[in-house]
Parts: sequence; structure tokens; C-alpha cells
Amino acid sequence: MAYCPTRLRTRQTYSWVDKPLDRKLHYQTYKEMSVKIEGRLPEIDLQVGQFVLIEGDDDENPYVAKLVELFEDDSEPYSKKRARVQWFIRFCEVPVCKQHLLGRKPDAQEIFWYDYPACNSNINAETIIGHVQVVALAPDEVIPMDLKNEKTFFVKLSWNEKKFKPLPPELFAQLDKLQEGNPRCQKSVEARTKSTESPSWTTAERVVKRIESRHSTSKSRQTPSHPVTPRARKRLELSSFPRTHNTRISQQTSWASLESPGRMKRKVAFSEITSPSKRSQPDGPQNSSPALRTPEKAGEIQQCCAEDDKKPSPDGCMILRTRVPALKTTETSEERTLTPIKGGQKSSVVPSVILKPENIKTREAKEPVQDEATSTPHRIRRKSSLLTLNRMRQQLRFLGNSKSDQEEEEFLPVAKISASDSEEEEASTPPLPRRTRSNVSRNLHSSMKSSLQTPSKTPKKTPEPRTPRHATPRIRSRNLAAQEPANVLEEARLRLHVSAVPGSLPCREQEFQDMYNFVESKLLDHTGGCMYISGVPGTGKTATVHEVIRCLQQASQANDVPPFQYIEVNGMELTEPHQVYVQILQRLTGHRATAHHAAELLAKRFRTRGSSRETTVLLVDELDLLWTQKQDIMYNLFDWPTHKEARLVVLTIANTMDLPERLMMNRVSSRLGLTRMSFQPYTHSQLQQILVSRLKHLKAFEDDAIQLVARKVAALSGDARRCLDICRRATEICEFSCQKPDSPGLVTTAHLLEAVEEMFSSSYITAIKNSSVLEQSFLRAILAEFRRSGLEEATFQQVYSQHVALCRMEGLPYPTMSETMAVCSHLGSCRLLLVEPSRNDLLLRVRLNVSQDDVLYALKEE
Amino acid sequence: MSSRKSKSNNLIQAEYLSRVQRILRERFCHQSPHSNLFGVQVQYKHLIELLKRTAIHGESNSALIIGPQGSGRTMLINHALKDLIEGEEGVKIFGSFAENLSFLLEALKKGDWTSSCPAIFILDEFDLFAHHKNQTLLYNLFDISQFAQTPVAVIGLTRRLDILELLEKRVKSRFSHWQIHLMNSLGFPQYLKIFKEQLSLSAVFPDKIFAEKRNEKVQSLSEDRSVQEVLQKHFNVSKNLRSLHMLLRLALNRVTPSQPFMTAADLTEANQQCSVDSKANIVRGLSVLEICLIIAMKHLNDIYEEKPFNFQMVYNEFQKFVQRRAHSVYNFEKSVVMKAFEHLQQLELIRPLERTSVNTQREYQLMKLLLDNTQIMNALQKYPNCPTDVRQWATSSLNWL
Repeated sequence: MAYCPTRLRTRQTYSWVDKPLDRKLHYQTYKEMSVKIEGRLPEIDLQVGQFVLIEGDDDENPYVAKLVELFEDDSEPYSKKRARVQWFIRFCEVPVCKQHLLGRKPDAQEIFWYDYPACNSNINAETIIGHVQVVALAPDEVIPMDLKNEKTFFVKLSWNEKKFKPLPPELFAQLDKLQEGNPRCQKSVEARTKSTESPSWTTAERVVKRIESRHSTSKSRQTPSHPVTPRARKRLELSSFPRTHNTRISQQTSWASLESPGRMKRKVAFSEITSPSKRSQPDGPQNSSPALRTPEKAGEIQQCCAEDDKKPSPDGCMILRTRVPALKTTETSEERTLTPIKGGQKSSVVPSVILKPENIKTREAKEPVQDEATSTPHRIRRKSSLLTLNRMRQQLRFLGNSKSDQEEEEFLPVAKISASDSEEEEASTPPLPRRTRSNVSRNLHSSMKSSLQTPSKTPKKTPEPRTPRHATPRIRSRNLAAQEPANVLEEARLRLHVSAVPGSLPCREQEFQDMYNFVESKLLDHTGGCMYISGVPGTGKTATVHEVIRCLQQASQANDVPPFQYIEVNGMELTEPHQVYVQILQRLTGHRATAHHAAELLAKRFRTRGSSRETTVLLVDELDLLWTQKQDIMYNLFDWPTHKEARLVVLTIANTMDLPERLMMNRVSSRLGLTRMSFQPYTHSQLQQILVSRLKHLKAFEDDAIQLVARKVAALSGDARRCLDICRRATEICEFSCQKPDSPGLVTTAHLLEAVEEMFSSSYITAIKNSSVLEQSFLRAILAEFRRSGLEEATFQQVYSQHVALCRMEGLPYPTMSETMAVCSHLGSCRLLLVEPSRNDLLLRVRLNVSQDDVLYALKEE
Repeated sequence: MSSRKSKSNNLIQAEYLSRVQRILRERFCHQSPHSNLFGVQVQYKHLIELLKRTAIHGESNSALIIGPQGSGRTMLINHALKDLIEGEEGVKIFGSFAENLSFLLEALKKGDWTSSCPAIFILDEFDLFAHHKNQTLLYNLFDISQFAQTPVAVIGLTRRLDILELLEKRVKSRFSHWQIHLMNSLGFPQYLKIFKEQLSLSAVFPDKIFAEKRNEKVQSLSEDRSVQEVLQKHFNVSKNLRSLHMLLRLALNRVTPSQPFMTAADLTEANQQCSVDSKANIVRGLSVLEICLIIAMKHLNDIYEEKPFNFQMVYNEFQKFVQRRAHSVYNFEKSVVMKAFEHLQQLELIRPLERTSVNTQREYQLMKLLLDNTQIMNALQKYPNCPTDVRQWATSSLNWL
């Protein structure tokens, strides 16, 4: 993109456009900033609410963000001009491993709303490069291709480091509103309303879940709804709220954001949707001033809103943009206020749904407040929280949801507008407590959020250090790209690596078909079942299961079989058998729990009727390690599929064929059933076929060589891994032995034999041959002692006396006891000898770990 | 004038000498990866190829380096890592089986072979990892090396030749079976050459003339007959370079400013120090009473054919001797003799047969002597001021019956 490189060459001057909106110690808020670029005449005006490009690591793709606030902070050491932004994220900034979650190819100009509160949004204002257009689109809209402007981005989805979600409707409306000034992107009102009406509610539901699980959060948030008079509440707030520098800033932030007209509009949009149920209560029937609730008043408010917009303000383009739609017709403005309500009504099935927008606001309320807001206010309020919670529930039941929403809608704009009207008076007006309160709850909320969510995110935007507990397990990516294979042998080696998954699994067609049929039938019938797969290592058990699952997943994408969820656990990867529950639960739902709790949750999940849940396929590798005294784990694993509602298919893998009979109690093996499959070790022809299929069209091996290795391995173990490893080693030996690196010859039988020799020959004889003179004579002494006593075991003392005699005979110097002991323990550490611990000293017993003949052979050879 | 000159000359000499000492000590004490590879070039080439393929091609590998102690396993791997990490990144993990296994696994499984940074795992004393429960760590590391996830190279270092038998079959199946054997396969001429190289100064030394002169001396030292004999003797005991370093270190300690070069005598002395019998040394420091008790035990062993004995038997045997030769050894009270007996037990020259019941009286607890007859006789010969009667008694017990 063309606009970025200029950044490096030209100097830019940043200056505030007008007087600070609000002035506190070390902290002034502005609404506009101008950037003067040397050599270019028109200054760029940056205003709050606009979308901007921000300098990043990558000059080609600067960060995109929305300006939320501009301010000057004297306490900041380097740059005093600061800005708060709401980030957008490009597809290329999404971690590579998560990119597949999008499920489609991103459009070139597509960006995502970065819904991740832990991300630092306080930036240096001087890193802003310039304007950019961001257009919000409904999820089903196509990105207009005719707009060839590079400076226009499109938002369809939001990204929260876990998944892509459609934009929440409120957010969408807000974004849509902002872009309205731009004639190119203007769309019909219908389209907009349509798009706002059709949000997917999965996001909201998710939020609800999260919030429900977080009792403390909701409690603390509910506290303010305790019915007291606003005055009293205000005092309470003030006394409980720690009056530190930071809180003042935060308060002020909210002030400041209210004061800029362009911002204000958005605030209205926000507050319409935020926390309707919660806020409606204290100000609802009981104690709020009646004037506020009357419909005329509401009308006035609309008026007021419009008037406010009409007020002349110094900044040009920005105001125009926001004001135009508001002035056009009251109809549009009404519609705008209505759309969120629809959302609210829908969501009001679960009262706390509306927390979601609050979350977004949280990000604007910003970090500096977070750390200190975490503890104190929350703790003070906890006592009353339970009581309030109950009361609130009652009220909710009492008031209809729609009603409360209605009131909410009427009420909140007033609050905000009166707040902005009374900005000169400061503080004492009735709306203030509400604002402070919302501020507090917001802070609390943000702190909760930050503490509860695991900050897994793109590393670029997090300057703050993270605790290792929350670190994302990830291996740093490599600096140099992996090299491609240069010659035939390297290519062959790559294909022969066990990890190179072949397109099909030769010689396991029958097993594959059986397993496929089994799982497919279970999927089609919506039932569950178990299967036990056994076979010695390296016979392709796990590979076959993976292949089956891969095929089934393809089939389910083509709608041939119903969709299913696949989970894999490996008994070897667990530190303790019961951890298997934790792993299953985590992969199933993403929740973490203790083993005990996870077992309960899983049992509940699989034993109760879920509404049209998709089938789960669970692969349990290395089943024998899940054995416990009570066998409760195996019992559960095989018991769950028997429940009709569970829809669970369990595939278990172990090495031994008779594991169910040998290890399991009757009640466990009975549940496992008789669906068994056993993988026989590969025969030599099968191994040969495997090798040939891997080396297809690659002439690296002699045919005889392949046959040789296949026969060798088949005779030994029938382990395909061994077969591949031998071949791989043989290519290496071939490469070593051949002098011209460019054109290595074929791998011959000789190379393969060498590889086999290297891998399987025991090295005892070479070890004996290479041991020192004293070690060899000690071995001789052992043999002599064995022959003398006729036993296969002798004490060190006996061997020592033989050793001394031998040395005298051979003319070696007299070996001292210490020397001989060292020799003995040396041989013991190589395991040529089996010796007792050396504290037994003279009495330690010595045995040979090699046959006597081997020792004799090795010693004679000189 | 001349005296002053010689004085300053001396100073320079002393400074050089201390520098030489420092260089040599560093060479003998630290396993620096800069030292030369002696006789393991083939293995080194194998290892470095393997690591390079992981680092450059992103191919996962596993291998074992097997060799007896002092054969240079760690030196080899350090050498390889030093050469490798110059261009590539590497991770070195020594240590125990951490409980954040799952974290590691997740991290390793997330990567893929093209983009992730390769990791090299070096498991020193590999056999001890095989003793972990279920061999979880080994299974997982080898398993990762079998998948196209993060490229890993798992290198195990061990002394045990039977290491593969320790692995569980599913772990064994996942291990690639690549073994690099390090044997001390050098012959004596090479050993002598290494000895020479280890003592010689490199060309980097500031004073060329000094270094040359010294190297000449080393050359002549290595040609010395007695030196070769000492080295041959040492070589017979143990072929590894670590024991050679040990010998040289001991010899180096005897170098003084007045005698700035290592001599054959130094080496002989050092060799004796290396091969000294530690128990004979202890025996030499015992009192006459304790020596008498040991001789009594020796006789008991001869008479009862290595059967265990108890204090009472030893005391009786000792009494017999004292009654015959009352003038040579003072007849100690029984409690004093008991004390001496216990002292011997503390020195671990005798040890109780096994944990007999606690109720047994100390006098009747069965004991075994942890000294060989030849050891006793050798020690007695060197024992200072040993009464002749005692010495005679040691040679034969029957004469006194």
C-alpha cells in the first residue's frame, strides 16, 4: 500500500487543534488533532471517532483502529500526546494457527473488530499515520468489489482471539452510523436495519454463559441497583470509591468522551443498549423522578438530541458526518434508537445479555483504571450483593422484560444528555451518581474481565508482561525457512519419515473399511458405541483411526454423514489417569475443571438429553494406562456410550489383545462389548508394499534392498516404523559413502545391511574389545572364578583374588583393591556386569550381563 | 647489572609459568567445547548431520549416544551444539520431569514442521528418564518426533549398553533406533600423542620462543622411557581421557618455579597417587590394638573359611595372643577392646552381616571383615613401629596354638 513508506522519509508534526476540552492535572482531553506532513500542504485532521491507520511493525500493513479519545498525559514519560483506540485486526495479524477458524478466504480489504479487552489500547498519538475508511457490513453482505479505494476497509466479523463472531448488532449500528458521512459507503436504511436485525445470537448467548459463571461480577454489578435514593447512593459511591488520581482520570475520561459531540452520539447509542435491566430498576417505578419517564419527556429528549447536534461546533467534517442523518428526518433517528431495542428485547430473555456492549465500552474506559479498581470497591459491596441479587430477580420477574426495556430506552438518553448539558456545573446534578456508578461498574467489570480471560492474543499489541500461567503454549517460529530437499535421497528420506502421512494407508484397507463402517453407522443412527482396537506398536492403529476420521470429516462436509465432534486423548500424555476427564472436558467445551468436577460434568452431559447435539467421536489412545484400582475411568468411558442421549462413539486403542479379559472387571468389559479389531503385525510383502507406495516415482532404492529390509523387519517385529527408520538411515549411509554429493547412487543392500547392523546389533562385543587391559583381565578373572565355583555369580573378593593371580601371571603390575573396584563399577555402569550397590564393598556380588561365550569370543579376538 | 637483568628475567619467567599453569589447568579441569575431538570424528559427523537435518530441513529425529564414562559424550554434544547454534537456534534442556508436561506438549503440538523453530532436547543420563513412571516424557518426546509437528531432535546420552531393553515397547517403537556408540578405541600410540598435545602450548601463546622451548621439553618427556612406562600403566587401567587429565592434573600440582617442567618422577608419583589403595591407607592409621583385632579377624576367617564372626570370638582370639606374648601388647580391658572394635565398624573395615534383631547383644552381633588378606599384609608392612610379635602373629596363627 502506497501511503506507508512516506512515513519513514517525511517528518510529521502533531498538534492539538483547539483548546483542551477538559483540563485536569497532567491530563487534558482534546477532540481533534492535526498532523502536518512536511512537503504536503493540507493538514490531516484527526478527530475522535474517526478510523485511523497506526504505525506498526509492518510498513505494508499498518494497524487499523478507531480513535476513541485524544488526550495529553503529562505523566507519560516519552510522548505526551496520547490516544485511545479501538483496534481492528487484519487477517494477517490473526495467529496463523487460528486463521482456519474463519472458515473462508478473507477478502483483501477485510478487517475484524478486535474484541479483546486485554489488549492495550492506549497508544502514542504520534504513531497515527492518517485516515482510513472502515465500512461495517452485515455478515451476509458481500464486500463491494467495485470500490477500488485502498483506504477503505470492511468489517464483518469480530475476533476475540478465540473465534470469529458476527458483529454485535449495537456495535454494527454504531459503526454504520459513523460511516454514514461517507457518500460512497452510504447504504439504504433498510439494508442497515435488516443487517442489524439479523445478528446471530450465539455471541450473546456465549456472553451470558460467561457472565453467569462469574458470580462475583454480576454481584458487584448489581449492587448499585439497591433501591436507595440517588443522593444517598451518590454518597455511598463517593465514600466507597477510592479517590485516587487514577479514578479521577477515569471519571474525567467519561466526561470527556461525553463532551465531544461526535462522541456523544455514540454514547447515546451505547447507553441505549447497555444494561437495560440493571439500570431500569433503581430509576424504575420506585424512586426515579417521574418526569423522566413520561413519554413527552422522551420526545423532548429526541428533540434535545437533535438540538444538541445542531449546535455549531468548531470541527467541520466530523460534525457534518454525524449530524446529517440526525437532521434529515426524525424517522431515521427514531429508527436508529429503535433498532437496538429490538436487540434488547430479544436478548432480554436472559437479563444479563446486555452486558456485552458494556464490555465493548469497557475497552474505551481503558486500562489505567483497571489495576486499582480491581479490589476495593468490589469488596466493600460484596455483602449486600446476595440480597440484591434476589431482589433484582424478583423485580425482573415482576416487570415484564419488554417494559423494562422500554423504560430503559426512554430514560437513558435523558441521563446522558442532561449530563452533557450540565457539564459546566459539574458534579452536583442528579445524573452524576449514575454516571459514577456506571463508571465504577465498568471498571470493575473490566478488571474482572482482564483477570478472568486468559490473555491469548497476538504478541504485537501487548506490551504488558504476562504471567506464565496464562502464557499461550507456542513454539517460536523459525528464522530461516526450512530447506527443501535437494536431491533424490533427501526427497526419499522426507517421504520415509514416519511423520509423512501417505495419501492412503496401504495394507490396512480392510481395517479401515470396518472402522469406517462402524463409526459411520453410529453417526447415521445417532447412537453411540465402543470399539476396542489392539495391535503391537507400529502396525498403524492410530494412523488408521486418523484416516477414518479424516474421511468422515470430509463426508460430513459434503453432508453425507451428520456432523460430529472429534476428540482425541492419549493415556500417555496424562500425568495421572483421572486427568483424562479434564482433557476430554477441555476439548469438548473449552472449560477447565478439576478431575473430579470434570467427571461430574461429563457424566451430566452424556447422561442427560441434550437438544439435538451432534455426535462425539472420542479416541482414547493407550487405554491400558487409564487402568485404576477401581477401574472407574474405563467404566465411565464405556458406560457413557450406552446412554442413548450421549451420542458418543468411543474408539480405544491398546497394545494387548486380551486387555479386556486380563485387566478389566466383568462389568467394564461387558460394557465394552465385542466390537474388537486387532491389527496384525505387517508381513514382509505388506511392508514392501508400504515402502513402495511411499517411494512412488522415486528411484532411490534397489528393489532387492527394499525386499531385504521388509523381510528383516517382518521377521523381527513387523513394526512399520522400524522399517521406515532403517530405510532412512540407509539413505544417510549411502550419502556418506558416496563421494559426489550431487549424484548419489541408489541405496543398495549393502547400505541397508549396514543400517540394520547399526541399529540392531548388540554392542557388547565391541565394548569389551575396546575396554582397557585391566577391564579385560577383570572379565577374565570373572570367567575363571565362575569356572572354579561352577556358579554364575561371585563376590567381588573372590574375583579380586583371581584377578591378582591373573595379573601376576600376565606380568601386569599388582592391581590395588581401589583400582579393581573402579574397574568393576565401570563395567557395571556400562551394564557389561550386573553388580550390587558398591556399599557392599568386598561382598558385592558380580554377574555377567553377557553370555560367557561372547566374553570369551571378544577377548580371544586380539 | 647482570643480576638485575636476571632478576627481571626471572620475573618474566614466573609470569609465563603461572600463565602456562593456568592454561593447562583449564584444559584439564573444564570440558571446554573448544578442545579437540580425539578419535570420535566419525561419530561427530553423524551427530552433526542429524542435528543439522532437524535444524535446517525441519526433520524430526531421535538418537542415543552410548558410551562408557569418560568417553566424551557430553563433550561431543557440546561440540555439536556449539557448531550448530552459531547459525541456528537451539534449546538445551537438562533436568527433571516437570509437571507442566501438558503445557510443553501443547506448545510442541501446535507447531508444524515448516514454520516452527526446531527444538533440540538433550537428555543426559537417559537411562534415569526411562525409570520414570510410564516413561511419559520419553513417549511424548518420541511421539512428537514421529509427527510433522514442531521439529524436534531428541538426543539421549547414556552409559548403559542395554538401554533399549529399558524402554517400554511402545516407547521403543517410537524411538528411531539410531545409536551413536562412543568407544575408547584409541591405541597406546594415539594415547601418547594426546598426552603430548595436551601438554603442549598452542601457537597463540605470546612468547613464541618460550612456547617452543617448552614444547621441545614436552616432546622429550614423551620420549622418556619411564614416562612411557607410567603412561602405559595408566593406559592399562583406563583408556579414557578423563583419567589422563586426572593424572596430568596431579602431576601439574608438583610443578614449582624452581622446577618449572614436569618430570618423569612427577608422573610416577601422580600415578601412584591415582592407584593407591584407600583402605590400606586407613589401616596404616590404626592403633596397635586395632591392628591386633584385624589380625585376629583374619585368622578367624582363615580358620572358619570366611564365616562371619562376632566380637566375642575376636576377643578370645586376641586374648590367646596376649596370653602368649604378654610383654608385647598391653592386656586391655574388654570394654576398651570393644571400643576399638566399634571404631573399626565406624571406619567400615568390618560391617554387620545384616540387620540382625535389635535385641542381640553387641558382643554377639555377626560381622564380616571388609579387608582382603593381601591388603592386610601389605598394610602391615608399611605400618610404622609395628611390634615384631604382632607382625609374626599376622603371618601365621597356627604357631601359637
